[in-house]
Amino acid sequence: MTPNAAPELRGGALHAALAAGAPVPGVPVSDVDPFSVEFFEDPHRIHHELREAGPVVWLSSWNVWALARYAEVHAVLNDWGTFCSSRGVGMSDFAREKPWRPQSLILEQDPPKHTRARNVLGRVLSPAVMKTLRERFAAAAERKADELLALGTFDAITDLAEAFPLAVFPDAMGLPKEGREHLLPYAALAFNAFGPDNELRRKAMAEAGPHVAYVTDQCARERLAAGGFGAAIHAAVDAGEITAEEAPLLVRSLLTAGIDTTVNGLGAAIYCLARFPEEYAKLRANPALARNAFEEAVRFESPVQTFFRTTTRRVEIGGVEIGEGEKVLMFLGAANRDPRRWEEPERYDIELKTSGHVGFGSGIHMCVGQLLARLEGEVMLAALARKVGSVEIAGPTRRRYNNTLRGLESLPVTIRPA
Amino acid sequence: MPSVIYIHPNGSRQTLDVPAGQSVMQAAVSRGIEEILGECGGNAMCATCHVYVEPDQLDRLPPMGDDEDALLDGAAADRLPNSRLSCQIKVTGELDGLVVRLPDRQV
Repeated sequence: MTPNAAPELRGGALHAALAAGAPVPGVPVSDVDPFSVEFFEDPHRIHHELREAGPVVWLSSWNVWALARYAEVHAVLNDWGTFCSSRGVGMSDFAREKPWRPQSLILEQDPPKHTRARNVLGRVLSPAVMKTLRERFAAAAERKADELLALGTFDAITDLAEAFPLAVFPDAMGLPKEGREHLLPYAALAFNAFGPDNELRRKAMAEAGPHVAYVTDQCARERLAAGGFGAAIHAAVDAGEITAEEAPLLVRSLLTAGIDTTVNGLGAAIYCLARFPEEYAKLRANPALARNAFEEAVRFESPVQTFFRTTTRRVEIGGVEIGEGEKVLMFLGAANRDPRRWEEPERYDIELKTSGHVGFGSGIHMCVGQLLARLEGEVMLAALARKVGSVEIAGPTRRRYNNTLRGLESLPVTIRPA
Repeated sequence: MPSVIYIHPNGSRQTLDVPAGQSVMQAAVSRGIEEILGECGGNAMCATCHVYVEPDQLDRLPPMGDDEDALLDGAAADRLPNSRLSCQIKVTGELDGLVVRLPDRQV
């Protein structure tokens, strides 16, 4: 072993070895592939190893830097000047490769361009707007809970985690009824596209055509009903805040990120409550905990697992100097279970003070739809808490594989009336 | 260390010593003051850290940004002239003795 040996993760085990391939000697190197089925099946063990290896790890599988500790992830999310989004928030560097679709005006931009778009979407999805939706969403959640109780045994992913957002979000957007079946496949495609050029991404791209065509069509002003989020975005054109060319791309942002994320958040919450009956009992006793039970599921499972940034200059993170134009991968899910930040990170605790978790990101790019996600999560869990006495897993669960999103494909459950 | 006085909706007062640089929201959340949620973690995006600042202390605070102003319109409890988002109030020595009243709801 040489004095300058760097720890290396190989096959999941931590070895001391020369940092072969790492651009900086002495930096921990890992050959794990965070975009592989093995990783998706059990990310927590590898998250732990990455966190313990150091504040910055070189991923030799894809030649990118990676951060798995809360402090570094939070710091990078809050420093858009050094860690930009305009070169893409996936593995692809837009300075070197053409984006797979026209670049987002909000997710894949930096200030000052980002600020204008963010202000519009922030207003369209503001706390004041959420107040106007609450009653309608809560009534839809009550109906959904009654339907599910009538079924007794069902798949909590398709029949609940997907069905509820699909029952409220497209109407809130103002989308026509026909073609909505493209929404989830389009979102899966977009979130797969943040990953590397692997089989998941290639397969999604090969099947993209009809989903892209549908979403592109729905972004036009005439497709979007009055009173919805889509119409509100287009109204910002009349106010001179954005151009008529920009409005459809901002609608696209909501269609991309407004549904599958909530599906996986709600799926995570049901999966947690079914696995931890004592937490469900607490929720039953006090349905006002529904909102935090959802939030804690977002911390615990981190439905959006990763995002990248690109360095705009040479910068030091955790004692490691990183050059300009380098991709940095942030493990949001690992940060959300970092024992340096959380007292009992491995416990799903619906009374935890979750403020500060990075499941919705942090800083200027923090999820603009977070209030909508919380509203949907809260009203659905509150309706279940009032009506459903128990939630039990009723068969084998199956994981859904996506380069960015974490969630299940199938979660059979049996519920009993309260 | 500067202190901040939080008045609960039932009228009881709680004084916290807050390290300079922390926000009134962060101090409350980390010390178990239930009436402040801070769901967005201090990014001025959620309006769940709404407080009423003692009116005679309002001019001690930095002015309100446009984001904060817009968010307060959607706060769960009534917006009053002395409403602020506590994530936007960074505690400094000059703010020692700040008094904030907590609303009865944030959602």
